[in-house]
Amino acid sequence: MSDFTLILISGVGLGALYFLVASGLSLIYGLMGVLNFAHGVFLAAGAFGGFWVTNTLMPDMSSRSLALAILMGGLISGTFAVIMEKLIITRLYERHMDQALVTVGVTLVVTAMMTGWFGPDARLMYIPGWYYNAIEIFGANVPVDRFLYIGVALAIFLVSMSILKFTRIGLVIRAGVENRSMVTALGINVKRAFTTVFFVGGFAAGMGGVLIGAYASGVSPFMGASWLIYGFIVVVVGGMGSIPGTALAALLIGVTKQFANFYISGLGDFIVVLLLATVLLTRPQGLLGKAAH
Amino acid sequence: MNALSIKDLNVTISSSHILRGVSFDVPDGKVTALLGRNGVGKSTTLRAIMGLFPSAGSIDLYGKDLQSMETYKRVQQGIGFVPEDREIFSLLSVKENLALAERDSAPDYQSVYSLFPELKTRTNQRAGTLSGGQQQMVAIARSLINKNRILLVDEPTKGLAPKLVTEVADALAKVASTATMLLVEQNIALVKRIAENIVIMDQGVVVFTGAPDNLADEKFIQRYLGVGGAH
Repeated sequence: MSDFTLILISGVGLGALYFLVASGLSLIYGLMGVLNFAHGVFLAAGAFGGFWVTNTLMPDMSSRSLALAILMGGLISGTFAVIMEKLIITRLYERHMDQALVTVGVTLVVTAMMTGWFGPDARLMYIPGWYYNAIEIFGANVPVDRFLYIGVALAIFLVSMSILKFTRIGLVIRAGVENRSMVTALGINVKRAFTTVFFVGGFAAGMGGVLIGAYASGVSPFMGASWLIYGFIVVVVGGMGSIPGTALAALLIGVTKQFANFYISGLGDFIVVLLLATVLLTRPQGLLGKAAH
Repeated sequence: MNALSIKDLNVTISSSHILRGVSFDVPDGKVTALLGRNGVGKSTTLRAIMGLFPSAGSIDLYGKDLQSMETYKRVQQGIGFVPEDREIFSLLSVKENLALAERDSAPDYQSVYSLFPELKTRTNQRAGTLSGGQQQMVAIARSLINKNRILLVDEPTKGLAPKLVTEVADALAKVASTATMLLVEQNIALVKRIAENIVIMDQGVVVFTGAPDNLADEKFIQRYLGVGGAH
């Protein structure tokens, strides 16, 4: 029972990190059709922003320092995402191949810049002592950091859903995911919604980057690449443009991976790829995605 | 006075020259029907006016050039668009579909609901679950929420059951009495009922401009539209 509890909560915590990486990716593709390979760089840029807070601005290993780092990570990545959208993506709407090439190019350039600045090695963040504590749940000693990941992801999920459900910009985004040209044919400047989505997506990825830096014992210029792959898997499994689908897929993949790693000795990645293949074959639009017509 | 003036409009899509110098006017306060066989470029003309297809030539709305404007800015000049196949947002509710179309500070829901009372009872229903006729009502309603200067309406009765055709036609006739409209329609009976001018296209060019009286002549219809006029 204790193993089950530990693996389950760890899986949900991992799923929360996947959600933070994938939610923006899903909306950006769902609304704009932009396959944003630079999303991993948002994550790394946010992580380094957080690293600067915890290790330079406020190196006291306090909860305040970590909270500010998470916020700073989000803001840096959100701003970076908006700048990239305004400077580059906005000139390449409907040019999907060019978007893919350019976002890969941005990834290479920014990763090289970060490597030149910070070096290629992972750098440890100063994080509060309680981060390494555990609490007992049904006989299992569950690390408390998992609850932080779950809390932040839940907050981002609720804020995203509230924006989508209760604001006009959210209405525009939901409509835009379904039929972008008809939104413009109603007199709406859909580009404003694009910028909002880029900011929210970058913000979530940046927060995720800081938390991943703490979870994976360090921040590095290359950390975005491996997490981006999982981000894409989550988006495909959940359904492009669906935040609830992304949340469901992130949880499913996080929990499946943890259980598989425990019970089938490290085959977590393989099982996740099998899950991806199963979804692609049986429900290509993803768990909660809209079928293509 | 012309509400809309189209001059030498050309559209090329994937190396196919779809519109070849289309020119016509839509007089203010009147309904102009754009007719022609399937595939002659009627819907393309409407979408080019909306800026949904890149085009060359001039498009003036009450003397203002629309060609340099993006689609949303053209619409903000006072265009209501009812696209072919409705293009409602199927995952949004009826209320959300209408709310999305709001541009005026005081959107005119009263007129919309008096024209389509059924929509008022279905405000929270997901639009994708509505019948074809109800979806068409949503599509038309979106264009009537604001005080538009012209309505571009593309085949509003297409694919509807006969009873619904009558219902939608009645609604359009009411709208037509107070609006400027460019109507693409295959239903000759509806055109005869509400149009005051007709423009006929064939293979991407305008081949006839004149009064709808000509539609009473079977030979005229057969020649230009290739169909009987009884329907």
